[in-house]
Amino acid sequence: MVTAEVAEAVPAQTPEDRFDAVIAAEQRIEPRDWMPDAYRATLIRQIAQHAHSEIIGMQPEGNWLTRAPSLRRKAILLAKAQDEAGHGLYLYAAAETLGVDRAELTEKLISGRQKYSSIFNYPTLTFADVGVIGWLVDGAAICNQVPLCRCSYGPYARAMVRICKEESFHQRQGYELLMTLMRGTDAQRRMVQDAVDRWWWPSLMMFGPSDAESPNTARSMAWRIKRHTNDELRQRFVDMTVPQAEHLGVTLPDPELSWNEERGGWDFGEPDWSELTRVIHGQGPCNAQRVDRRRAAHEDGAWVREAAVAYAAKRAAEQAAPAERPTPEQEN
Amino acid sequence: MTESKAGWPLYEVFVRPRRGLNHVHVGSLHASDDRMALLAARDLYTRRNEGVSLWVVRSDAITASTPDERDPFFEPSGDKVYRHPTFYDIPEDVPHI
Repeated sequence: MVTAEVAEAVPAQTPEDRFDAVIAAEQRIEPRDWMPDAYRATLIRQIAQHAHSEIIGMQPEGNWLTRAPSLRRKAILLAKAQDEAGHGLYLYAAAETLGVDRAELTEKLISGRQKYSSIFNYPTLTFADVGVIGWLVDGAAICNQVPLCRCSYGPYARAMVRICKEESFHQRQGYELLMTLMRGTDAQRRMVQDAVDRWWWPSLMMFGPSDAESPNTARSMAWRIKRHTNDELRQRFVDMTVPQAEHLGVTLPDPELSWNEERGGWDFGEPDWSELTRVIHGQGPCNAQRVDRRRAAHEDGAWVREAAVAYAAKRAAEQAAPAERPTPEQEN
Repeated sequence: MTESKAGWPLYEVFVRPRRGLNHVHVGSLHASDDRMALLAARDLYTRRNEGVSLWVVRSDAITASTPDERDPFFEPSGDKVYRHPTFYDIPEDVPHI
């Protein structure tokens, strides 16, 4: 209505009151608004970690780029890896609106001071892993990310809208790849089952520790950064995935998996949390390799970045030069 | 080596989704110069035909109102309800108005 914006404008009290009122009204906080230091710090940590995950996430599948079994699969995989890079960049851009520098975040990643999702510390042993990553890992990521589209911080929420649109392709290509393998030979079907066996539990761990062990959840939910607890999202993922596994014809490696009529959801076993702790603290199968490769790529690319700066400086000088040159009239 | 910590300048990216629509801000990126910013914006923000035209603008070239002065800055339009058509009572039986 006519005066809607004005009516929504919060009575000007302290900046903190205004912040709280914006959050309570389900509006978005924008970059130059006042925000509590802890809100800013939480977002920087979460968005940076998310961006790093996208960037590191190119590696497990990148492993198969040169060995994809057909041109079609290779083109799809390339497009997917390119999307991951893009997602990383959307997220770094969102983080930068909070006053951090991308170069600084990269530095923190390659020096091990900031984390990325533990899932990417597992190896991709067969081509079926490419399919399972699309289906389970990207599926879990979608469960996590869809609610982030309504995150209270505007730039993060907008980046997530973009990412979620693209993520759906990732999951579907993975599932289609697995369906193709399942229509193949016994060996191919065993390969799929083996990949599912290895990725199922790490995928469940992607949602983070159980609610009882997640002390920051309550605050993030109060700030509307998070919309659901880790356990809620994990449950949602399991409920979505079980029928997909049945359709595919694979067995999820959890003997405790059973339908709970009473609450209308699947009961499932407890992930091995000590494994998650180990992987987070650097003892996963591929932690060192992932960070080393990222560091090498960054360092090997230094000359390109320098050359681009030198080229830009040269071009700028050339463009400035004609104005300094004397005009024909002056020469005469 | 001379790799500056600050790195490449920041650019804001605007995409025109299709003819007839305005360019809309979609995000930002770093590039060493305008041309690279345009190419990177194409690769980053239009991988799926999201646009028919792109603008890139150095972020430091943008002048913006500050959130702190939001209320006083926009206040002049707040009390001018007569600028809106619903301010005027017209009998129901007057057609086409």
